[in-house]
Amino acid sequence: MSGLLLAQTPPTVGELANQWNTNPHQGGLYLESALYQLVDAMGSSLTLPPWLVVAATLLVVCLLVFGFINVFGLFVVWLERKASAHIQCRYGPMEVGPHGVLQTIADGIKLTSKEDIVPRLADRPLFVLAPIIVFAGVLVRFVPLPFGQELVASDMDLGLFFVAAVGSVEVIGVILAGWSSNNKWSLFATMRTATQMVSYEIPLGLAFVSVIVCAGTFSLQEIIAQQEGWFWNWFILKNPFLLLMAPIYLVASLAECKRAPFDLPEAESELVSGFHTEYSGMRFAIFFLAEYAAMYLVSAIAVVLFFGGWWTGIPLIDGIGMGADASAGAAVTGFVIKAAVMVSKAVFLVFVQIWVRWTLPRVRLDQMMFICWKVLTPIALVCLVGATLWHLASGGGGLFGIPALLGLDG
Amino acid sequence: MPEVKTEEMLLNMGPQHPSTHGVFRVVIRTDGEMVLESESHIGYLHRCFEKVAENNNYLQVVPYTDRMDYLCAMANNLGYAQTVEKLMKLQVPERAEYIRVIVTELNRIASHLMAFGTYGMDLGAMTPFLYAFRDREMLLKIFEKLCGQRLNYSYIRVGGVTFDMTDEILADIERFCEYFEPDILKEYNDLLSYNGIFISRAANVGVLPVDLAISYGVTGPSLRGSGVARDLRKDEPSSIYDRFDFDVMVGSGEMGTVGDCWDRYMVRVREMTESVKIVRQAIRDIPSGPFCDKKAFRGVKPPKGEVYHKIEGARGEVGFYLVSDGTVKPYRVKARGPSFCNISVLDALTSKGDCMVADMVAIIGSLDIVMGEVDR
Repeated sequence: MSGLLLAQTPPTVGELANQWNTNPHQGGLYLESALYQLVDAMGSSLTLPPWLVVAATLLVVCLLVFGFINVFGLFVVWLERKASAHIQCRYGPMEVGPHGVLQTIADGIKLTSKEDIVPRLADRPLFVLAPIIVFAGVLVRFVPLPFGQELVASDMDLGLFFVAAVGSVEVIGVILAGWSSNNKWSLFATMRTATQMVSYEIPLGLAFVSVIVCAGTFSLQEIIAQQEGWFWNWFILKNPFLLLMAPIYLVASLAECKRAPFDLPEAESELVSGFHTEYSGMRFAIFFLAEYAAMYLVSAIAVVLFFGGWWTGIPLIDGIGMGADASAGAAVTGFVIKAAVMVSKAVFLVFVQIWVRWTLPRVRLDQMMFICWKVLTPIALVCLVGATLWHLASGGGGLFGIPALLGLDG
Repeated sequence: MPEVKTEEMLLNMGPQHPSTHGVFRVVIRTDGEMVLESESHIGYLHRCFEKVAENNNYLQVVPYTDRMDYLCAMANNLGYAQTVEKLMKLQVPERAEYIRVIVTELNRIASHLMAFGTYGMDLGAMTPFLYAFRDREMLLKIFEKLCGQRLNYSYIRVGGVTFDMTDEILADIERFCEYFEPDILKEYNDLLSYNGIFISRAANVGVLPVDLAISYGVTGPSLRGSGVARDLRKDEPSSIYDRFDFDVMVGSGEMGTVGDCWDRYMVRVREMTESVKIVRQAIRDIPSGPFCDKKAFRGVKPPKGEVYHKIEGARGEVGFYLVSDGTVKPYRVKARGPSFCNISVLDALTSKGDCMVADMVAIIGSLDIVMGEVDR
């Protein structure tokens, strides 16, 4: 940054953006590059220093993602309460708004207006820092995550790698929270979380790698683009080993999100509330929001990797607004459809997570480690090798590449 | 590099902990997730039942017995009432005997439903709990219709029962039996009992050998889970239990070792079927006639003497030892709560070094204690 500021001639915003972003996609609707284009178009009327513009742009993009997480959090907390209620022969929230849709807003207001308690013997700086780190660890993973075609905060060449790498930051926040609370039960939860999250990164990472091998790219945009066409072009149906990998990813992502049956770090019947037992008010709300944001995140990545991203799987619908000669109306319609498909697929997987949570009991720590190290990891390794060989043999065509092998695809 | 040292940690579980089923405290010495030793502390709910009973007349003691095992109050009422009747050599009307059996067995189902639901919750499954409460609610509504109370009935009294059981209530009970067995029990088994994760959590955990169980005085489903077919309804039937055809369920180590948590849990689930069987037979055979001994209702004055009487409650042997000095107040009442003996075995079960913190919860839940009865 300082090097840029000391340059003889100040760079334009576009140049600066190029330095920041390896793949700015100037022509697309990527949130970040779109904003740069806007700023460049305003051009001469702008008297602000370019670095400030870049910083402001990044802030705006960040707030957009943050806004999405908030709205999604409000919705999915309501969804979870309603779904769990109907699973359990109850109604769930019914009072605030029709069918209680505004209940989470009321709860949010309650949480923000609650007294913020820091235990007397807690390590105050770390206690305050912990929720911020946890939330930041989740938020930063949203950067390369597409919400629709060309609707992404910032595409990266190493998008998937970035997601896997910064995902581990969350663990630090959880450890800080448990440690600084000065509560033995929270400490238990902390150790469980650390073991769990570190272990489950392995099958999760192997799932990433096997898709990367088949797609030949780390970029989430590019991975989705390769799944165009009929739904048998989705990666889950391109390769039988990826079909096996998808459940592994889903199970591992449950553990990564600390959701039941792997909710050991929270385990309300054992550890009361786990690492956030001592948190109240807004800080608790941040942990809560981070959990739900992480749920969306792992689901959206599952959609990107295995379930065709924004493609509906029917070329007729996917083709709307795709050609160079498409009208502006068709282009907008296609854009909206793709965003809706992407988000609804992810929300469906979130619903599956909720469904599983309210059905199954919780596993024990040693059983959780057993599942990870002796079941998921070996199978994932075999799948990785298998997926690679199958990809080489079949050439990566749809429907496990069988039509291509048999010479049926013309 | 300096040697990394690990420390043992003393952990205070309770008295305010979601899985201790009341105000129960266990101090556990842990090495990581392993429990090395545990030490139970009780007494947080002590209400001097036995001393209070000495200052009330025989009939006034009944409501205090409700509050011992508040999940199966009928069995406590029954145990106390039969003890006083035994002392007085009082014969209650036949219809009252049948009504007593029906309500006690229904209350046993309600209590086992609670045990089933909370055990699921202890192991992290929230939904079975709500299912169990849905069905328990039906029973509580029946009791409410019968005596106006949902939990602390004081329905079974010395000399009979408080109110007669109307045909409408009998029809309600029959409807409940139709609804409950076998469909709902099958649903429970599909949802929880045979769930793979549940089995892996409960099987081979907290194995209670027969000799240990007997030496600690463990009774009820917890003892039967270890494979001992000891049921006072069968072995020493009080009142009319010998007229009914039912089986005593015992643990067989179906999913692991005999006497593990899964066996204890499953004995309760299967006992619900047997209780429904008894209720159906009782409804079929119930005679008409008076439902109480009116004279005894006005007040009793047993002769001098002492007596011990025990019945099979939902958690085991509910016993009362009564000393009478010939006045209207008992000279001494000693209650034997099954939960008290059952929980005493906890330290022996969890101090073997093979138990994890999560197993601690599973073992406490499988013993199915009610703190009101432990502390009295």
